[in-house]
Amino acid sequence: MAGTDTNLTAAAAAPNACGHASSHGCAHAQADHNCAGETPAFNPDALISARGVSVTRGGRDQLIDVNLDINEREIVTLIGPNGAGKSTLVRVLLGLEKPTRGEVHRRADLRIGYVPQRFDSDVSVPMTVERFLTLGLGRNGGRVEDLLRQVDAASVAQQQLGQLSGGELQRVLLARALLRKPNLLVLDEPAQGVDYSGEADLYNLIGRLRDEAGFGVLLVSHDLHIVMARSDRVVCLNRHVCCSGVPQAVAQHPAYGRLFGPQAARAFGIYRHEHDHHHDLAGMPHPASGDNDSDSPEGGSAC
Amino acid sequence: MLIFEPFFLRALLAGIGLAIVAAPLGCFVVWQRLAYFGETVAQAGLIGVALGLALHMDVTWGVLVVALLVAALLLWFGRQKLVGLDSVLGLLHHAALAAGVIATSMLDGPPVDLAGFLFGDVFAVSSTDVTIIYVGGAIVLAGILLLWQPLLRLAVHEELAAAEGVKRDRIRAAFIFLLAVTIAVAMKIVGILLVMAFLVVPAVAARPLAGTPERMVLLTALIAVASVVVGLWLSFAFDASGGPSIVIVMSLVAALSLSWAALGRGSGATR
Repeated sequence: MAGTDTNLTAAAAAPNACGHASSHGCAHAQADHNCAGETPAFNPDALISARGVSVTRGGRDQLIDVNLDINEREIVTLIGPNGAGKSTLVRVLLGLEKPTRGEVHRRADLRIGYVPQRFDSDVSVPMTVERFLTLGLGRNGGRVEDLLRQVDAASVAQQQLGQLSGGELQRVLLARALLRKPNLLVLDEPAQGVDYSGEADLYNLIGRLRDEAGFGVLLVSHDLHIVMARSDRVVCLNRHVCCSGVPQAVAQHPAYGRLFGPQAARAFGIYRHEHDHHHDLAGMPHPASGDNDSDSPEGGSAC
Repeated sequence: MLIFEPFFLRALLAGIGLAIVAAPLGCFVVWQRLAYFGETVAQAGLIGVALGLALHMDVTWGVLVVALLVAALLLWFGRQKLVGLDSVLGLLHHAALAAGVIATSMLDGPPVDLAGFLFGDVFAVSSTDVTIIYVGGAIVLAGILLLWQPLLRLAVHEELAAAEGVKRDRIRAAFIFLLAVTIAVAMKIVGILLVMAFLVVPAVAARPLAGTPERMVLLTALIAVASVVVGLWLSFAFDASGGPSIVIVMSLVAALSLSWAALGRGSGATR
């Protein structure tokens, strides 16, 4: 833990690092987050509606005043660098963790299908994939086979959970989530440990299933390229919501460039704006010294 | 015939009853990696023994109360994240044993037979003890049966189960209560130092041989019952103490089973 980390923390936690206090540099692509600090009312139509959610653990702010709605049939992608609080936000939305401040409203008919990041440890319960899929859901034989085929995991139905590879386990978890007939599918970094084309396949599959079944999707990712194209809305998180909106708008948003670097936006294919300055760790702009701004697309630069 | 000796019959009945009750709990302890947690709770039982003796009541109650208190303390200490749970368990496990030894030595009256409580005396169980085992055991088994589904879901993936609506804290508290009851009931037979062996070792032995959770529980019970019968017979034949003899037999089975798994056999043994 060198001084750099400390600086990063301080910069991200200070509101004016994002321009909130001064010139409101964090203009939002879509008005679902009020930077002035007034918390808007809950959205009764949303599947999940979070207002003013802050999480402080051990004196450290992990989430600051986050407002977020996920509507029916909407694919919302949550992006942000490591340590931005993405998983914490998901845990709060799922009700696994209580926010220090703020509230989460879940619609009465909300039925969540959750695909966790991974198994915390090796599975020590002896159990076949088929049994795992129906565990706690009653008999559902035909659908199990069908879903396993859809997620391309039909061949593992009779295998023990503990014998699956990371990618297989991920698809099995997706099948289980879908088996619950959710109206909201929550996926926490589902592409981890999956190769590039597998990732594209996964997102295409999720998109197709969404079109068929009509559930909302909350997708957590620190990878930007494929995700954004499929999303209805992208929320860029670095402890607070930096910017949010349709993918194109977010890609052009200065806060997004600050968070991920212009390279990330270029890879996305829409954003071609060249930075004429870069930000230091406290978020202060400096004249550019060449094209050195883009060497770390996922760097945790202060937003 | 040995089997018709009342003391041997009581030992056999007590041991078999305990083996059956301990099987599902032992499986959950293995699945949820709670072996050392249980160990700590069990060893705190010595304080409970002192408590029971001081208050002139059956030590089972003292052990139960202290086991629950220590379990609550463990959950409380688990809320901080600076020191890992293994270290917290190390702390409480030794503190509880030390406090238990001192507490039993400070009691008025004749000196306490420490070895009897640490290692149990299966041939000294009374018919009341046997009744306690079967009544307590029936309660524990009923509880496990009732909570089977949510417990299993938590054991497979805790966060997933909680996100799907399993009441994690309530189920976990209920499980710890059942575990504490089992420990308190088993203490007289195998002693506080070997209680967890009775739970964990047969489940370990059964794991590589089972493909479903239910089959693993059944196998665990079978291995434990067989170990009780063989262990008690060996103990009588070679004039060795009962509890440790049973544990040795179980451990041999577990060692063979794990060796088999290490060779790449068994259900889900390799990736």
